[in-house]
Amino acid sequence: MNTHTKMDAHHVMDAPDHRNRLDDMAQGILGTTMDRPDGPLKVTGTATYAHEDHPAGMLHGVLVRATVPRGTLDGTHDAAVLALPGVRRVLHGDRFLRNPAQGTANEAPVQGSREIFYVGQPVALVVAETFEQARHGAQRLVLQMTPGDAVTDPTADDIAVERDPDEQSSMGDLDKAMKDAAFSVDQTYTTPGHTSAAMEPHAAVAWWDGDKLTIRASAQMLKYNKNEIADSLGIDVRDVHMLAPYVGGGFGGKLGISPEAVAAALAARDLGAPVSVAMTRRQVSEATMRRSETVQQIRLAADADGVLTGIGHVARVSQLEDEDYAEPVTQATPFLYRGKNREIGLELVRVNATCAGSVRAPGEAVGLTALEIAMDELAVAAGIDPVELRRRNIPEVDPSDDKPFSSHTLEAALDDGAKAFGWDGRKTKTTDGDWLVGSGMSSAVRVNMIGESHARVTLNPDGTLLIETDMTDVGTGTYAILTQIAGEMLGVTPDRITTVLGDSDLPESAGSGGSWGASSAGSSVFLACERIRQEIAKTLDCDEGDLTLKDGIATAANRQVPLAQVLGDAPLTSTGVIEPGKTSEAVRQATFGAFFAEVGVHRVTGEVRVRRMHGSFAAGRILNAKTARSQCLGGMTFGIGMALTEAMIFDPRDGRLVNGDFGEYHIPVNADVPQLTVNFVHERDPWANPMQAKGIGELGICGAGACVLNAIHDACGVRVRDLPATLDRILDGLPEV
Amino acid sequence: MQTRLTINGTPHDLDADARTSLLDALRNHLDLTGTKKGCDHGQCGACTVIVNGRRINACLTLACMHDGDEITTIEGLGQPGNLSPLQAAFVKHDGFQCGYCTPGQICSATAMLQEVKDGWPSHVSGNLTGAMDLTDAEIGERMSGNLCRCAAYPNIVDAIRDAAEVKA
Repeated sequence: MNTHTKMDAHHVMDAPDHRNRLDDMAQGILGTTMDRPDGPLKVTGTATYAHEDHPAGMLHGVLVRATVPRGTLDGTHDAAVLALPGVRRVLHGDRFLRNPAQGTANEAPVQGSREIFYVGQPVALVVAETFEQARHGAQRLVLQMTPGDAVTDPTADDIAVERDPDEQSSMGDLDKAMKDAAFSVDQTYTTPGHTSAAMEPHAAVAWWDGDKLTIRASAQMLKYNKNEIADSLGIDVRDVHMLAPYVGGGFGGKLGISPEAVAAALAARDLGAPVSVAMTRRQVSEATMRRSETVQQIRLAADADGVLTGIGHVARVSQLEDEDYAEPVTQATPFLYRGKNREIGLELVRVNATCAGSVRAPGEAVGLTALEIAMDELAVAAGIDPVELRRRNIPEVDPSDDKPFSSHTLEAALDDGAKAFGWDGRKTKTTDGDWLVGSGMSSAVRVNMIGESHARVTLNPDGTLLIETDMTDVGTGTYAILTQIAGEMLGVTPDRITTVLGDSDLPESAGSGGSWGASSAGSSVFLACERIRQEIAKTLDCDEGDLTLKDGIATAANRQVPLAQVLGDAPLTSTGVIEPGKTSEAVRQATFGAFFAEVGVHRVTGEVRVRRMHGSFAAGRILNAKTARSQCLGGMTFGIGMALTEAMIFDPRDGRLVNGDFGEYHIPVNADVPQLTVNFVHERDPWANPMQAKGIGELGICGAGACVLNAIHDACGVRVRDLPATLDRILDGLPEV
Repeated sequence: MQTRLTINGTPHDLDADARTSLLDALRNHLDLTGTKKGCDHGQCGACTVIVNGRRINACLTLACMHDGDEITTIEGLGQPGNLSPLQAAFVKHDGFQCGYCTPGQICSATAMLQEVKDGWPSHVSGNLTGAMDLTDAEIGERMSGNLCRCAAYPNIVDAIRDAAEVKA
C-alpha cells in the first residue's frame, strides 16, 4: 500500500511543465536505443508468463463453451465426466464470468453460467490431474440448454438503436454545407470485428493459502484487475495477490480480467490445490473481447480550395446486452480537421456475440481509417495532392470547443513523412511487370492522457537503484523506459538498476492501456527521482537544479562526491505519484503522425502486396528510440492487417464466430510486411506530464490501414470502402487484362 | 507411456499419457516452459523446436512419437549471459516486444539458417538448386510460419541477417 511520508512526491498535473528537466540530466541514457533489460530472459525462454509457474500439485482446468447464442443452461451431465480417469471436479455457477471486465472497470463484469448470451460463453470448467484428462472431460461434458431468441445480425433493418446523448454532437448546418460545397464526399464505410490476438492466450494459475489468493495472470492493469478479481469472488481485495511480471501481448485484450482467471480461483478454492486454466486460441477469440464491427457514414464538404466547411461522421457499432462500452469510433473526428458545420454521432445496437471491448486504439483505429479514406476521396475529387489537402485543413484550435492544442505536430509529421518516403517522386498509377503500382498516405492522430500512477524508487548506499510499481510490460518496453528515466535522473548506469513490475503488492500504477502507461508510470518514477535528487542536494548543501549526477558521482559547486558517500548507510526511498489534473481539460492533447505506403496490386489475381511503408510520428519526448520504434512497427502492421486480411466473421444465422483461429483469422505474417521505416518528429509537450512525453503504443495503428487502401486506389482505381481489401473486393474493379 | 527424449543433450524418461503433445510434455511434465503455446494448432509457430536437426511445431506431434529423438529447445540454444548469436541479435535489434513468440522465432531461425546453408529452396528462391542468397525476402518467406502479433518482423529480419553475417 502507498504510505505517505515526507519523502513522497505527489504531483497533480494542473499546469504545464516547461522546465524540460530531463534535458538537463547528464547520464545520457534516456531516449537512446538501449536494449531491453528483459531481453536476455525473453530470448532464452526464461521470462515467466502466466502459465509458467507450476506450483506442486497443480491441477489443470479446461473451460467448456456454450453452443447457442441465447438461452439457458438447465443442467450439465457431470457424473459421466467425473467418472473419467483423473477428473476431479466440474464447476459452474453464479460466479463464473459471462465475459471479461472492460478496461478500468474495477468491478466484476456480468456473472453466472445459467443464462447464455453468446456462442462461446464459458459455462463450465472441468478440472483434472493432467491437461489431457481435463481436455477430454471438457469435450465430453454434455450441456442441457434451452435456446432462446437471439439477435445475431447487427445490420438487421428492425434492430433497436441506442444513441447516448453524450456521443452525439451537432454544429452549424451540415446539409447546407454539403449543398454549397465545391467538392464533397458522402460515403458509407464498413469495418469488420477485430481480435487482439496476443500471442499468449489468456491464462491463470491460482492457489490459496487460507483466505489469501495468489493468482498469476496475463493482465494489463493490476490496480483494477485485483479489485475485479475480489469483486468476482466476493472476497476482500487485500486477500488478492496478482502477479504478471511478463505478459505475452495485450492490445486491449487483457485490460480487464477474463473468465479463465475467476474459474481458476474458484476451482483452486474448491479443491484446495493450485489450478491452472489456459484458454484455447478459439476461446480467446470467442470469450475475451472483440473490436466491434462498424458502419460509418462520412460526409465531407469542402470549398474550391479543398478547405473543409463541414464534416459528418455517424457510426454504428454493436455490443452484448448489459455492457456500456461502445467503440468510440468518432473520438478524434471533432478536432482533427477544420469545418464548422458538423454532425457527429455514435449508434449502438445489441447483439448476442462475443463481448465488444478495447482492441488497440479503440476509436481511432477504425474511425480515423474510414475518415482518412474519405479524405483521399476528397483529394481525388478536388484534384488536390492528399498531403496538401491535409495541410490546408489543420485547425488552429479544436474546432469543436475552441480549446487550444497543447502542441500540434500534424504538419511537421506530414512534411517529415513526405520527405522520408519521397512522396514527390512517388510511384503512382504505374506498372511493374504484372503489378499495378501506386502510393497512398493518411494522417495519424490519437488522444493523449495520463492516469494516476505510483512508483517507489530506492537508491541504495551501494549505488544500486530499485524501481517498484505494479505497472506491467506487455511488450511495450516498460522495463527499459523506467530503468532509463531513473538512471537518467539519478546518474546510475542501467546495469546497477533493478526494475520490478507486475506485482499487485507494489505501488499502484495506471497500468498498460490507452497509450498512457509510459507517461503515467514514467512520471511517477520521475517524481520519485526528483525528490531523491532534492534530498541529495540538501545533503550537499546545493540547489537541486545545480546538482549533476552521473555514473554514481554527485557533482555540485565544483565538488565531486561518490553517491555512496552522500548516502552514508541509509537508502533513500521515495514514492512518486502523478495524478491527472487541469491540463487534461484546459487543452486538447493528442499525438499526430503521417503514413505513406507503396503497394502493388496483381493485375490478374488482385493480390495486394505492401512494397514499402513509412510512418513519421510525434509523441513528445521519446523515452527509448528502439522500443518506441518497435511500438510503431507493431501499430503499422496492425494497420496492414486491418486493410488487407483481418475480419472476424460471425455467422448471421446463429451468431457463431466462424474464424476463431490463426488459420482463418489472418494476421500479417513476416512476408506480408516489408522493412517498414519510422521517423520521430521532435516534440516536448509541457501539458502532458513532467517528462513532456506522450503515448506511442497506439498512434501507429490510427489511420495506418487507410494509407494502404488509398495506395490500392492509386494503383488500380479500386476504392475499397468495406474492409478488408480481400481479393473478391478488388477483382471486379480491375482493368481488363 | 514410457518415452525417452534427449532434450538439449540431457536424456529424460517421460511417463505420460499417450495423448500428450511434445509441447505439453515439455511445458507441463519437464517444466521447460521456454517453448510456448500460442494456438495448439500448428498455426502460430510459438512452439517451434528442433527435432533431429529439423524445426517442427511441438504442438502438432505427440511426445510418444519421439522416443530416442534429439530435441533442442530454446533453453538449449543459450542462457542469459551466454546467448547464442541469434539470441544476441534479437536483443540488439529488438526482434520481439512481448517476447512470447520469441523462443519459437529463434528456434525456427536457427534451423532455417541451416536449411539455407544446405541449399533448400523456398517459394521466393530464384532457382531450385545452388547456393541461396539470404535476402530479406528469403528471410521473410522462410520465417512466415512464426507469427508475431507485436509485429517485430522488420527487426526479426534485421536480427537474422545480422547473425547470419556474423556467422559467415
